[in-house]
Amino acid sequence: MRPAHAGWALNLGLLSLLVALAALAVIAGRVWTPIDHLGGADDTRWLIITQLRIPRTLLGILVGAALGLSGATLQGYTRNALADPGVLGVSSMAALGAVLTLYFNLAGASPWWLPTFAIGGAAIGVVLLVLVAGPIGEAVSFLLAGVILSSIASAGVALALSLAPNPWASSEITTWLMGSLADRSIVDVRLAAPLIIVGGAILLATARSLDALTLGEIGARSLGISLRRTQLMIALGVGLACGAAVAVTGVIGFVGLIVPHLVRWLIGGRPSGLLVPSALAGANLLLAADILVRVIPGANEVHVGVVMAALGAPFFLVLLIVQRRRLA
Amino acid sequence: MTDPVSKELLGEGLAAEALVVHLGGRAVVDHVDLALRPGEVTAIVGPNGAGKSTLMSCLAGLRRSERGAVNLGGRPIAALDDRERARRVGYLPQTPEIAWRLDVHTFVRLGRTAHTGLFGEGASDAAAVDRALESTAMTAFAERDITTLSGGERARALIARALAGEPTWLLADEPLTGLDLGHQLDAADLLRRIAQGGVGVVVTLHDLSFAARTADRIVVMAEGRILADGSPIEALSPDVLKRAYAVNARWVTGVSGPLLDIVGRDV
Repeated sequence: MRPAHAGWALNLGLLSLLVALAALAVIAGRVWTPIDHLGGADDTRWLIITQLRIPRTLLGILVGAALGLSGATLQGYTRNALADPGVLGVSSMAALGAVLTLYFNLAGASPWWLPTFAIGGAAIGVVLLVLVAGPIGEAVSFLLAGVILSSIASAGVALALSLAPNPWASSEITTWLMGSLADRSIVDVRLAAPLIIVGGAILLATARSLDALTLGEIGARSLGISLRRTQLMIALGVGLACGAAVAVTGVIGFVGLIVPHLVRWLIGGRPSGLLVPSALAGANLLLAADILVRVIPGANEVHVGVVMAALGAPFFLVLLIVQRRRLA
Repeated sequence: MTDPVSKELLGEGLAAEALVVHLGGRAVVDHVDLALRPGEVTAIVGPNGAGKSTLMSCLAGLRRSERGAVNLGGRPIAALDDRERARRVGYLPQTPEIAWRLDVHTFVRLGRTAHTGLFGEGASDAAAVDRALESTAMTAFAERDITTLSGGERARALIARALAGEPTWLLADEPLTGLDLGHQLDAADLLRRIAQGGVGVVVTLHDLSFAARTADRIVVMAEGRILADGSPIEALSPDVLKRAYAVNARWVTGVSGPLLDIVGRDV
Protein backbone atom coordinates (compact mmCIF):
# COMPACT_ATOMS: atom_id res chain seq x y z
CA MET A 1 0.00 0.00 0.00
CA ARG A 2 1.37 3.45 -0.96
CA PRO A 3 1.97 5.67 2.11
CA ALA A 4 -0.85 8.05 1.11
CA HIS A 5 -3.43 5.24 1.07
CA ALA A 6 -2.05 3.77 4.25
CA GLY A 7 -2.41 7.20 5.85
CA TRP A 8 -6.09 7.47 4.94
CA ALA A 9 -6.77 3.96 6.17
CA LEU A 10 -4.99 4.70 9.43
CA ASN A 11 -6.89 7.97 9.93
CA LEU A 12 -10.19 6.20 9.37
CA GLY A 13 -9.24 3.44 11.81
CA LEU A 14 -8.09 5.92 14.44
CA LEU A 15 -11.24 8.00 14.04
CA SER A 16 -13.46 4.93 14.51
CA LEU A 17 -11.48 3.93 17.57
CA LEU A 18 -11.80 7.47 18.93
CA VAL A 19 -15.60 7.39 18.57
CA ALA A 20 -15.72 4.04 20.42
CA LEU A 21 -13.38 5.25 23.17
CA ALA A 22 -15.34 8.50 23.56
CA ALA A 23 -18.54 6.51 24.05
CA LEU A 24 -16.80 4.30 26.59
CA ALA A 25 -15.32 7.36 28.34
CA VAL A 26 -18.84 8.73 28.88
CA ILE A 27 -20.17 5.58 30.51
CA ALA A 28 -17.06 4.24 32.30
CA GLY A 29 -15.94 5.23 35.79
CA ARG A 30 -16.64 4.74 39.49
CA VAL A 31 -20.32 5.19 38.67
CA TRP A 32 -21.05 3.00 35.68
CA THR A 33 -23.65 4.77 33.53
CA PRO A 34 -24.85 2.58 30.66
CA ILE A 35 -27.10 4.82 28.57
CA ASP A 36 -30.00 2.32 28.25
CA HIS A 37 -30.24 1.95 32.04
CA LEU A 38 -30.58 5.64 32.74
CA GLY A 39 -33.81 6.97 34.10
CA GLY A 40 -35.56 10.21 33.19
CA ALA A 41 -34.26 13.73 33.54
CA ASP A 42 -34.31 13.44 37.34
CA ASP A 43 -31.79 10.58 37.33
CA THR A 44 -28.73 12.15 39.02
CA ARG A 45 -26.43 10.10 36.83
CA TRP A 46 -27.29 12.45 33.97
CA LEU A 47 -25.51 15.14 35.94
CA ILE A 48 -22.40 13.00 36.07
CA ILE A 49 -22.55 12.56 32.30
CA THR A 50 -23.26 16.14 31.28
CA GLN A 51 -21.32 17.99 33.97
CA LEU A 52 -18.29 15.71 34.32
CA ARG A 53 -17.92 12.93 31.78
CA ILE A 54 -18.64 14.84 28.56
CA PRO A 55 -16.33 17.78 29.36
CA ARG A 56 -13.69 15.30 30.53
CA THR A 57 -13.98 13.29 27.32
CA LEU A 58 -13.84 16.40 25.13
CA LEU A 59 -10.79 17.64 27.01
CA GLY A 60 -9.11 14.25 26.68
CA ILE A 61 -9.59 14.40 22.91
CA LEU A 62 -8.43 18.01 22.61
CA VAL A 63 -5.40 17.70 24.88
CA GLY A 64 -4.34 14.32 23.49
CA ALA A 65 -4.59 15.67 19.94
CA ALA A 66 -2.66 18.83 20.86
CA LEU A 67 0.15 16.81 22.46
CA GLY A 68 0.31 14.20 19.67
CA LEU A 69 0.35 16.84 16.94
CA SER A 70 2.93 18.98 18.77
CA GLY A 71 5.17 15.95 19.24
CA ALA A 72 4.97 14.97 15.56
CA THR A 73 5.71 18.55 14.47
CA LEU A 74 8.65 18.98 16.83
CA GLN A 75 10.15 15.63 15.81
CA GLY A 76 9.86 16.64 12.17
CA TYR A 77 11.30 20.08 12.80
CA THR A 78 14.27 18.93 14.86
CA ARG A 79 14.69 15.71 12.84
CA ASN A 80 15.05 14.06 16.20
CA ALA A 81 12.76 11.22 17.18
CA LEU A 82 13.26 12.09 20.86
CA ALA A 83 11.79 15.61 20.63
CA ASP A 84 8.57 16.39 22.48
CA PRO A 85 6.81 19.53 23.83
CA GLY A 86 8.33 18.73 27.21
CA VAL A 87 11.84 18.70 25.76
CA LEU A 88 11.44 22.21 24.34
CA GLY A 89 10.37 23.52 27.74
CA VAL A 90 6.99 24.85 26.61
CA SER A 91 5.05 22.53 28.96
CA SER A 92 7.34 23.37 31.89
CA MET A 93 6.94 27.09 31.26
CA ALA A 94 3.16 26.70 31.20
CA ALA A 95 3.40 24.75 34.45
CA LEU A 96 5.52 27.50 35.99
CA GLY A 97 2.86 30.04 35.08
CA ALA A 98 0.22 27.92 36.78
CA VAL A 99 2.34 27.29 39.86
CA LEU A 100 2.90 31.01 40.30
CA THR A 101 -0.86 31.60 40.56
CA LEU A 102 -0.97 29.01 43.32
CA TYR A 103 2.07 30.48 45.03
CA PHE A 104 0.61 33.99 45.02
CA ASN A 105 -2.74 32.52 46.00
CA LEU A 106 -4.37 34.12 42.98
CA ALA A 107 -6.13 30.94 41.93
CA GLY A 108 -8.76 31.37 44.62
CA ALA A 109 -9.60 34.93 43.52
CA SER A 110 -10.84 33.93 40.08
CA PRO A 111 -10.89 30.62 38.18
CA TRP A 112 -9.42 32.47 35.18
CA TRP A 113 -6.09 33.32 36.78
CA LEU A 114 -4.61 29.85 36.57
CA PRO A 115 -5.31 29.16 32.89
CA THR A 116 -4.34 32.70 31.95
CA PHE A 117 -1.00 32.40 33.70
CA ALA A 118 -0.36 28.95 32.22
CA ILE A 119 -0.99 30.24 28.70
CA GLY A 120 1.10 33.31 29.48
CA GLY A 121 3.90 31.02 30.70
CA ALA A 122 3.75 28.98 27.50
CA ALA A 123 3.71 32.13 25.37
CA ILE A 124 6.69 33.62 27.21
CA GLY A 125 8.40 30.24 26.89
CA VAL A 126 7.86 30.29 23.13
CA VAL A 127 9.18 33.84 22.79
CA LEU A 128 12.26 33.00 24.90
CA LEU A 129 12.78 29.87 22.83
CA VAL A 130 12.90 31.87 19.61
CA LEU A 131 15.11 34.55 21.19
CA VAL A 132 17.60 32.07 22.67
CA ALA A 133 17.64 29.88 19.56
CA GLY A 134 18.82 32.91 17.62
CA PRO A 135 18.31 34.14 14.09
CA ILE A 136 19.99 31.18 12.36
CA GLY A 137 17.15 28.92 13.36
CA GLU A 138 19.15 25.70 13.53
CA ALA A 139 17.40 22.69 15.03
CA VAL A 140 20.19 22.09 17.53
CA SER A 141 20.02 25.62 18.92
CA PHE A 142 16.22 25.29 19.13
CA LEU A 143 16.59 22.09 21.17
CA LEU A 144 19.28 23.55 23.41
CA ALA A 145 17.12 26.58 24.07
CA GLY A 146 14.36 24.16 25.08
CA VAL A 147 16.63 22.36 27.53
CA ILE A 148 17.63 25.67 29.11
CA LEU A 149 14.00 26.78 29.37
CA SER A 150 13.00 23.46 30.92
CA SER A 151 15.70 23.78 33.56
CA ILE A 152 14.74 27.35 34.42
CA ALA A 153 11.04 26.49 34.62
CA SER A 154 11.67 23.40 36.74
CA ALA A 155 13.82 25.44 39.10
CA GLY A 156 11.04 28.03 39.30
CA VAL A 157 8.48 25.36 40.09
CA ALA A 158 10.74 23.88 42.81
CA LEU A 159 11.32 27.33 44.28
CA ALA A 160 7.60 28.07 44.40
CA LEU A 161 7.06 24.67 46.04
CA SER A 162 9.64 25.33 48.75
CA LEU A 163 8.36 28.82 49.51
CA ALA A 164 4.67 27.96 49.35
CA PRO A 165 2.85 30.23 51.84
CA ASN A 166 0.17 27.78 52.99
CA PRO A 167 0.27 24.12 53.99
CA TRP A 168 -1.94 23.11 51.07
CA ALA A 169 -0.05 24.95 48.36
CA SER A 170 2.60 22.24 48.05
CA SER A 171 0.04 19.53 47.59
CA GLU A 172 -1.97 21.71 45.22
CA ILE A 173 1.10 22.33 43.12
CA THR A 174 2.10 18.67 43.13
CA THR A 175 -1.40 17.58 42.25
CA TRP A 176 -1.55 20.12 39.46
CA LEU A 177 1.85 19.20 38.00
CA MET A 178 0.86 15.56 37.65
CA GLY A 179 -1.64 16.20 34.92
CA SER A 180 -5.18 14.99 35.25
CA LEU A 181 -8.50 15.22 33.43
CA ALA A 182 -10.53 14.73 36.60
CA ASP A 183 -13.17 17.26 37.69
CA ARG A 184 -12.79 19.53 34.67
CA SER A 185 -15.83 21.44 33.49
CA ILE A 186 -17.19 22.77 30.24
CA VAL A 187 -15.51 26.10 31.15
CA ASP A 188 -12.14 24.40 30.66
CA VAL A 189 -13.28 23.00 27.31
CA ARG A 190 -14.45 26.44 26.15
CA LEU A 191 -11.13 27.93 27.15
CA ALA A 192 -8.87 25.29 25.62
CA ALA A 193 -10.74 24.37 22.44
CA PRO A 194 -10.25 27.55 20.38
CA LEU A 195 -6.59 27.87 21.36
CA ILE A 196 -5.83 24.24 20.59
CA ILE A 197 -7.69 24.45 17.27
CA VAL A 198 -5.86 27.61 16.17
CA GLY A 199 -2.51 26.19 17.33
CA GLY A 200 -3.23 22.91 15.57
CA ALA A 201 -4.13 24.66 12.32
CA ILE A 202 -0.83 26.58 12.41
CA LEU A 203 1.06 23.34 12.99
CA LEU A 204 -0.72 21.59 10.11
CA ALA A 205 0.33 24.46 7.83
CA THR A 206 4.01 23.58 8.43
CA ALA A 207 3.58 20.16 6.77
CA ARG A 208 5.45 21.00 3.58
CA SER A 209 8.34 22.64 5.45
CA LEU A 210 8.67 19.59 7.70
CA ASP A 211 8.91 17.32 4.66
CA ALA A 212 11.58 19.54 3.11
CA LEU A 213 13.53 19.50 6.38
CA THR A 214 14.06 15.78 5.80
CA LEU A 215 16.94 17.02 3.61
CA GLY A 216 18.42 19.04 6.47
CA GLU A 217 18.36 22.79 6.88
CA ILE A 218 20.44 23.59 3.79
CA GLY A 219 18.42 21.09 1.78
CA ALA A 220 15.16 22.64 2.94
CA ARG A 221 16.36 26.14 2.10
CA SER A 222 17.41 24.98 -1.36
CA LEU A 223 13.81 23.82 -1.81
CA GLY A 224 12.59 27.35 -1.09
CA ILE A 225 11.61 26.90 2.57
CA SER A 226 12.11 29.83 4.94
CA LEU A 227 13.55 28.38 8.14
CA ARG A 228 12.74 31.50 10.14
CA ARG A 229 9.08 31.41 9.24
CA THR A 230 8.87 27.69 9.91
CA GLN A 231 10.46 28.15 13.33
CA LEU A 232 8.09 30.96 14.18
CA MET A 233 5.01 29.00 13.09
CA ILE A 234 6.08 25.97 15.08
CA ALA A 235 6.82 28.03 18.18
CA LEU A 236 3.45 29.77 17.90
CA GLY A 237 1.48 26.61 17.13
CA VAL A 238 3.10 24.53 19.85
CA GLY A 239 2.83 27.44 22.30
CA LEU A 240 -0.91 27.81 21.75
CA ALA A 241 -1.77 24.11 21.63
CA CYS A 242 0.46 22.98 24.51
CA GLY A 243 -0.07 26.12 26.60
CA ALA A 244 -3.82 25.63 26.46
CA ALA A 245 -3.47 21.89 27.13
CA VAL A 246 -1.25 22.35 30.20
CA ALA A 247 -3.50 25.16 31.42
CA VAL A 248 -6.52 22.89 31.73
CA THR A 249 -5.00 19.51 32.59
CA GLY A 250 -1.52 20.10 33.97
CA VAL A 251 1.61 18.53 32.56
CA ILE A 252 0.94 15.23 30.82
CA GLY A 253 4.15 13.93 29.35
CA PHE A 254 5.15 11.42 26.72
CA VAL A 255 2.01 11.54 24.51
CA GLY A 256 3.96 13.64 21.99
CA LEU A 257 6.87 11.26 22.17
CA ILE A 258 5.11 7.88 21.91
CA VAL A 259 2.46 8.64 19.31
CA PRO A 260 4.59 9.82 16.35
CA HIS A 261 6.75 6.72 16.77
CA LEU A 262 3.85 4.33 16.53
CA VAL A 263 2.44 6.18 13.52
CA ARG A 264 5.85 6.31 11.78
CA TRP A 265 6.22 2.60 12.30
CA LEU A 266 2.81 2.01 10.66
CA ILE A 267 2.90 4.38 7.67
CA GLY A 268 6.50 5.43 7.10
CA GLY A 269 8.60 8.44 7.92
CA ARG A 270 7.29 11.31 5.77
CA PRO A 271 6.78 14.03 8.41
CA SER A 272 3.68 15.59 6.80
CA GLY A 273 1.97 12.20 6.76
CA LEU A 274 2.39 11.87 10.53
CA LEU A 275 0.58 15.04 11.60
CA VAL A 276 -3.11 14.14 11.39
CA PRO A 277 -2.66 10.49 12.49
CA SER A 278 -0.53 11.66 15.44
CA ALA A 279 -3.27 14.07 16.54
CA LEU A 280 -5.88 11.29 16.30
CA ALA A 281 -3.64 8.71 17.97
CA GLY A 282 -2.76 11.19 20.73
CA ALA A 283 -6.47 11.69 21.44
CA ASN A 284 -6.97 7.92 21.52
CA LEU A 285 -4.00 7.31 23.79
CA LEU A 286 -4.97 9.96 26.34
CA LEU A 287 -8.61 8.93 26.33
CA ALA A 288 -7.68 5.25 26.82
CA ALA A 289 -5.28 6.14 29.65
CA ASP A 290 -7.97 8.28 31.27
CA ILE A 291 -10.52 5.46 31.12
CA LEU A 292 -7.89 3.22 32.72
CA VAL A 293 -7.30 5.57 35.68
CA ARG A 294 -11.04 5.74 36.33
CA VAL A 295 -11.54 2.00 36.51
CA ILE A 296 -8.36 1.16 38.49
CA PRO A 297 -9.66 0.36 42.00
CA GLY A 298 -8.23 2.45 44.85
CA ALA A 299 -9.09 5.08 47.42
CA ASN A 300 -7.94 7.96 45.18
CA GLU A 301 -7.99 8.18 41.43
CA VAL A 302 -4.50 7.85 39.91
CA HIS A 303 -3.57 10.90 37.83
CA VAL A 304 -3.47 10.24 34.11
CA GLY A 305 -0.09 12.02 34.02
CA VAL A 306 1.26 9.26 36.25
CA VAL A 307 -0.04 6.53 33.92
CA MET A 308 1.47 8.30 30.90
CA ALA A 309 4.81 8.61 32.67
CA ALA A 310 4.69 4.95 33.64
CA LEU A 311 4.08 4.05 29.98
CA GLY A 312 6.29 6.74 28.48
CA ALA A 313 9.46 6.50 30.52
CA PRO A 314 10.23 2.86 29.62
CA PHE A 315 9.30 3.69 26.01
CA PHE A 316 11.78 6.57 26.06
CA LEU A 317 14.46 4.27 27.46
CA VAL A 318 13.91 1.67 24.72
CA LEU A 319 14.08 4.41 22.07
CA LEU A 320 17.32 5.71 23.49
CA ILE A 321 18.86 2.22 23.46
CA VAL A 322 17.70 1.62 19.87
CA GLN A 323 19.15 4.98 18.77
CA ARG A 324 22.44 4.27 20.51
CA ARG A 325 22.66 0.88 18.80
CA ARG A 326 22.01 2.51 15.45
CA LEU A 327 24.78 5.03 16.07
CA ALA A 328 27.24 2.39 17.34
CA MET B 1 31.15 34.63 -29.07
CA THR B 2 27.90 32.83 -28.47
CA ASP B 3 25.10 33.85 -30.75
CA PRO B 4 22.53 35.73 -28.59
CA VAL B 5 19.59 33.85 -30.13
CA SER B 6 20.93 30.41 -29.28
CA LYS B 7 21.86 31.67 -25.84
CA GLU B 8 18.27 32.72 -25.35
CA LEU B 9 17.09 29.28 -26.43
CA LEU B 10 19.39 27.60 -23.96
CA GLY B 11 17.94 29.45 -21.00
CA GLU B 12 19.07 31.99 -18.47
CA GLY B 13 22.64 32.70 -17.46
CA LEU B 14 24.02 32.49 -13.94
CA ALA B 15 26.80 34.88 -13.05
CA ALA B 16 28.82 36.02 -10.07
CA GLU B 17 30.01 39.61 -10.15
CA ALA B 18 32.82 40.83 -7.90
CA LEU B 19 31.68 38.41 -5.21
CA VAL B 20 33.29 38.68 -1.77
CA VAL B 21 32.60 36.41 1.24
CA HIS B 22 34.57 36.46 4.49
CA LEU B 23 34.53 33.57 6.96
CA GLY B 24 36.42 33.88 10.22
CA GLY B 25 38.11 37.06 9.07
CA ARG B 26 39.45 35.40 5.91
CA ALA B 27 38.31 36.16 2.37
CA VAL B 28 36.97 32.75 1.36
CA VAL B 29 35.61 34.15 -1.89
CA ASP B 30 37.70 37.07 -3.01
CA HIS B 31 36.38 39.23 -5.87
CA VAL B 32 35.12 36.39 -8.01
CA ASP B 33 33.70 37.14 -11.45
CA LEU B 34 32.22 34.15 -13.19
CA ALA B 35 29.63 33.96 -15.97
CA LEU B 36 28.25 30.44 -16.30
CA ARG B 37 26.59 29.16 -19.44
CA PRO B 38 23.56 26.90 -19.55
CA GLY B 39 23.77 23.65 -21.50
CA GLU B 40 27.30 22.81 -20.37
CA VAL B 41 29.02 21.18 -17.43
CA THR B 42 31.26 23.55 -15.50
CA ALA B 43 33.55 21.99 -12.91
CA ILE B 44 34.96 24.13 -10.13
CA VAL B 45 38.16 22.59 -8.82
CA GLY B 46 40.83 23.64 -6.37
CA PRO B 47 42.61 22.60 -3.20
CA ASN B 48 40.81 22.23 0.14
CA GLY B 49 39.74 25.59 1.50
CA ALA B 50 39.86 27.24 -1.92
CA GLY B 51 36.31 28.55 -1.47
CA LYS B 52 34.56 26.19 -3.90
CA SER B 53 31.67 25.21 -1.63
CA THR B 54 31.16 28.79 -0.43
CA LEU B 55 31.03 29.97 -4.04
CA MET B 56 28.56 27.18 -4.84
CA SER B 57 26.22 28.13 -2.03
CA CYS B 58 26.38 31.78 -3.17
CA LEU B 59 25.58 30.72 -6.73
CA ALA B 60 22.64 28.69 -5.37
CA GLY B 61 21.34 31.80 -3.61
CA LEU B 62 21.73 30.15 -0.20
CA ARG B 63 24.45 32.43 1.10
CA ARG B 64 24.60 36.20 0.97
CA SER B 65 27.85 37.78 -0.11
CA GLU B 66 29.26 40.87 1.61
CA ARG B 67 30.00 42.49 -1.70
CA GLY B 68 29.10 41.78 -5.30
CA ALA B 69 26.10 39.83 -6.48
CA VAL B 70 24.92 36.65 -8.11
CA ASN B 71 22.62 37.25 -11.05
CA LEU B 72 20.20 34.71 -12.46
CA GLY B 73 18.78 35.62 -15.85
CA GLY B 74 20.12 39.14 -15.36
CA ARG B 75 18.38 39.68 -12.01
CA PRO B 76 20.03 39.50 -8.58
CA ILE B 77 19.27 36.05 -7.14
CA ALA B 78 18.93 37.66 -3.69
CA ALA B 79 15.93 39.61 -4.99
CA LEU B 80 14.08 36.46 -5.97
CA ASP B 81 11.43 34.99 -3.73
CA ASP B 82 12.64 31.74 -2.04
CA ARG B 83 10.21 29.55 -3.95
CA GLU B 84 10.95 31.20 -7.27
CA ARG B 85 14.68 30.73 -6.74
CA ALA B 86 14.18 27.09 -5.71
CA ARG B 87 12.22 26.37 -8.89
CA ARG B 88 15.07 27.63 -11.03
CA VAL B 89 18.14 26.43 -9.14
CA GLY B 90 18.51 22.84 -7.95
CA TYR B 91 21.19 22.31 -5.34
CA LEU B 92 22.86 19.18 -4.01
CA PRO B 93 24.82 19.91 -0.82
CA GLN B 94 28.20 18.36 -0.14
CA THR B 95 26.90 16.16 2.66
CA PRO B 96 23.32 15.31 1.80
CA GLU B 97 21.14 14.63 4.81
CA ILE B 98 18.18 12.25 4.76
CA ALA B 99 16.62 12.35 8.20
CA TRP B 100 13.89 9.72 7.88
CA ARG B 101 13.48 6.39 6.15
CA LEU B 102 11.55 7.19 2.99
CA ASP B 103 10.88 5.23 -0.16
CA VAL B 104 12.69 6.58 -3.23
CA HIS B 105 9.47 7.86 -4.84
CA THR B 106 8.53 9.89 -1.75
CA PHE B 107 12.09 11.18 -1.52
CA VAL B 108 12.18 12.32 -5.16
CA ARG B 109 8.79 14.03 -4.69
CA LEU B 110 10.47 16.36 -2.18
CA GLY B 111 12.06 17.96 -5.24
CA ARG B 112 8.62 19.35 -6.14
CA THR B 113 8.33 21.31 -2.88
CA ALA B 114 8.69 24.73 -4.52
CA HIS B 115 6.05 23.83 -7.14
CA THR B 116 3.28 22.43 -4.98
CA GLY B 117 0.59 24.58 -3.44
CA LEU B 118 -1.50 24.20 -0.32
CA PHE B 119 -3.57 21.45 -1.92
CA GLY B 120 -0.64 19.16 -2.59
CA GLU B 121 0.71 17.71 -5.77
CA GLY B 122 -1.01 17.68 -9.13
CA ALA B 123 -0.64 15.68 -12.33
CA SER B 124 2.26 17.81 -13.57
CA ASP B 125 4.15 17.13 -10.33
CA ALA B 126 3.63 13.38 -10.66
CA ALA B 127 4.78 13.52 -14.30
CA ALA B 128 7.93 15.48 -13.37
CA VAL B 129 8.75 12.93 -10.66
CA ASP B 130 8.28 10.06 -13.11
CA ARG B 131 10.54 11.76 -15.67
CA ALA B 132 13.21 12.39 -13.04
CA LEU B 133 13.11 8.74 -11.96
CA GLU B 134 13.29 7.59 -15.55
CA SER B 135 16.18 9.83 -16.61
CA THR B 136 18.24 8.62 -13.66
CA ALA B 137 17.26 4.96 -14.21
CA MET B 138 15.63 4.87 -10.78
CA THR B 139 12.09 3.88 -11.79
CA ALA B 140 12.68 0.27 -10.73
CA PHE B 141 13.83 1.47 -7.31
CA ALA B 142 10.82 3.73 -6.66
CA GLU B 143 9.40 1.60 -3.85
CA ARG B 144 12.76 0.89 -2.20
CA ASP B 145 13.72 2.37 1.16
CA ILE B 146 16.33 5.02 0.37
CA THR B 147 18.50 4.02 3.31
CA THR B 148 18.97 0.54 1.82
CA LEU B 149 20.37 1.77 -1.53
CA SER B 150 23.99 1.35 -2.57
CA GLY B 151 26.18 4.43 -2.95
CA GLY B 152 25.69 4.61 -6.71
CA GLU B 153 21.92 4.20 -6.48
CA ARG B 154 21.76 6.77 -3.73
CA ALA B 155 23.72 9.28 -5.83
CA ARG B 156 21.22 8.78 -8.66
CA ALA B 157 18.30 9.21 -6.26
CA LEU B 158 19.80 12.49 -5.02
CA ILE B 159 20.16 13.76 -8.59
CA ALA B 160 16.62 12.58 -9.38
CA ARG B 161 15.34 14.61 -6.42
CA ALA B 162 17.01 17.74 -7.82
CA LEU B 163 15.77 17.03 -11.36
CA ALA B 164 12.18 16.57 -10.17
CA GLY B 165 12.10 20.32 -9.55
CA GLU B 166 12.86 20.87 -13.26
CA PRO B 167 15.51 23.51 -12.52
CA THR B 168 17.30 25.50 -15.22
CA TRP B 169 20.47 25.19 -13.13
CA LEU B 170 21.78 22.16 -11.25
CA LEU B 171 24.49 22.90 -8.72
CA ALA B 172 26.10 19.85 -7.16
CA ASP B 173 28.80 20.10 -4.49
CA GLU B 174 31.08 17.08 -4.89
CA PRO B 175 28.48 14.71 -6.29
CA LEU B 176 31.03 11.97 -7.03
CA THR B 177 32.54 11.73 -3.54
CA GLY B 178 32.32 8.27 -2.06
CA LEU B 179 31.46 6.54 -5.35
CA ASP B 180 33.55 3.76 -6.85
CA LEU B 181 35.12 4.24 -10.28
CA GLY B 182 32.26 2.69 -12.26
CA HIS B 183 29.59 4.69 -10.43
CA GLN B 184 31.65 7.87 -10.78
CA LEU B 185 31.62 7.31 -14.53
CA ASP B 186 27.86 6.66 -14.52
CA ALA B 187 27.12 9.76 -12.45
CA ALA B 188 29.42 11.92 -14.59
CA ASP B 189 27.70 10.69 -17.76
CA LEU B 190 24.33 11.42 -16.19
CA LEU B 191 25.42 15.00 -15.42
CA ARG B 192 26.61 15.40 -19.03
CA ARG B 193 23.26 14.16 -20.35
CA ILE B 194 21.44 16.59 -18.06
CA ALA B 195 23.53 19.46 -19.48
CA GLN B 196 22.84 18.30 -23.03
CA GLY B 197 19.16 18.68 -22.19
CA GLY B 198 19.78 22.44 -21.73
CA VAL B 199 20.27 22.57 -17.96
CA GLY B 200 23.31 24.46 -16.70
CA VAL B 201 25.31 22.01 -14.59
CA VAL B 202 27.91 23.24 -12.11
CA VAL B 203 29.85 20.76 -10.00
CA THR B 204 32.75 20.95 -7.62
CA LEU B 205 35.14 18.03 -8.03
CA HIS B 206 38.35 16.86 -6.41
CA ASP B 207 39.46 14.36 -9.01
CA LEU B 208 41.07 16.41 -11.78
CA SER B 209 41.06 13.56 -14.31
CA PHE B 210 37.35 13.18 -13.79
CA ALA B 211 36.87 16.91 -13.99
CA ALA B 212 38.77 16.98 -17.30
CA ARG B 213 36.74 14.06 -18.59
CA THR B 214 33.33 15.33 -17.48
CA ALA B 215 33.38 19.10 -17.80
CA ASP B 216 33.16 21.36 -20.82
CA ARG B 217 34.73 24.09 -18.80
CA ILE B 218 36.92 24.08 -15.71
CA VAL B 219 37.33 26.87 -13.19
CA VAL B 220 40.37 26.52 -10.94
CA MET B 221 40.14 28.27 -7.57
CA ALA B 222 42.77 28.87 -4.93
CA GLU B 223 42.53 31.04 -1.84
CA GLY B 224 39.17 32.43 -2.85
CA ARG B 225 40.28 33.60 -6.28
CA ILE B 226 39.90 32.20 -9.74
CA LEU B 227 43.30 31.11 -11.04
CA ALA B 228 42.20 29.76 -14.39
CA ASP B 229 39.00 29.38 -16.38
CA GLY B 230 38.62 27.60 -19.69
CA SER B 231 38.59 24.23 -21.41
CA PRO B 232 40.12 21.40 -19.34
CA ILE B 233 43.46 21.54 -21.16
CA GLU B 234 43.67 25.32 -20.91
CA ALA B 235 42.57 25.57 -17.29
CA LEU B 236 44.53 22.65 -15.90
CA SER B 237 47.86 23.74 -17.35
CA PRO B 238 51.05 22.59 -15.55
CA ASP B 239 51.62 26.15 -14.41
CA VAL B 240 48.14 26.52 -12.91
CA LEU B 241 48.38 23.16 -11.15
CA LYS B 242 51.71 24.14 -9.68
CA ARG B 243 50.25 27.38 -8.34
CA ALA B 244 46.98 25.92 -7.10
CA TYR B 245 48.07 22.57 -5.67
CA ALA B 246 51.86 22.79 -5.55
CA VAL B 247 52.14 19.65 -7.68
CA ASN B 248 53.98 18.90 -10.88
CA ALA B 249 51.73 17.55 -13.60
CA ARG B 250 51.62 17.40 -17.38
CA TRP B 251 49.21 16.39 -20.08
CA VAL B 252 50.00 13.16 -21.96
CA THR B 253 48.11 11.52 -24.79
CA GLY B 254 46.09 8.54 -23.61
CA VAL B 255 43.83 6.07 -25.42
CA SER B 256 40.67 8.04 -24.61
CA GLY B 257 42.24 11.46 -25.18
CA PRO B 258 44.50 13.79 -23.17
CA LEU B 259 45.36 12.49 -19.70
CA LEU B 260 46.69 14.35 -16.73
CA ASP B 261 49.89 12.73 -15.52
CA ILE B 262 50.57 13.74 -11.91
CA VAL B 263 54.35 13.65 -11.55
CA GLY B 264 54.57 14.53 -7.88
CA ARG B 265 54.67 17.20 -5.22
CA ASP B 266 56.34 20.43 -6.24
CA VAL B 267 59.09 20.87 -3.69
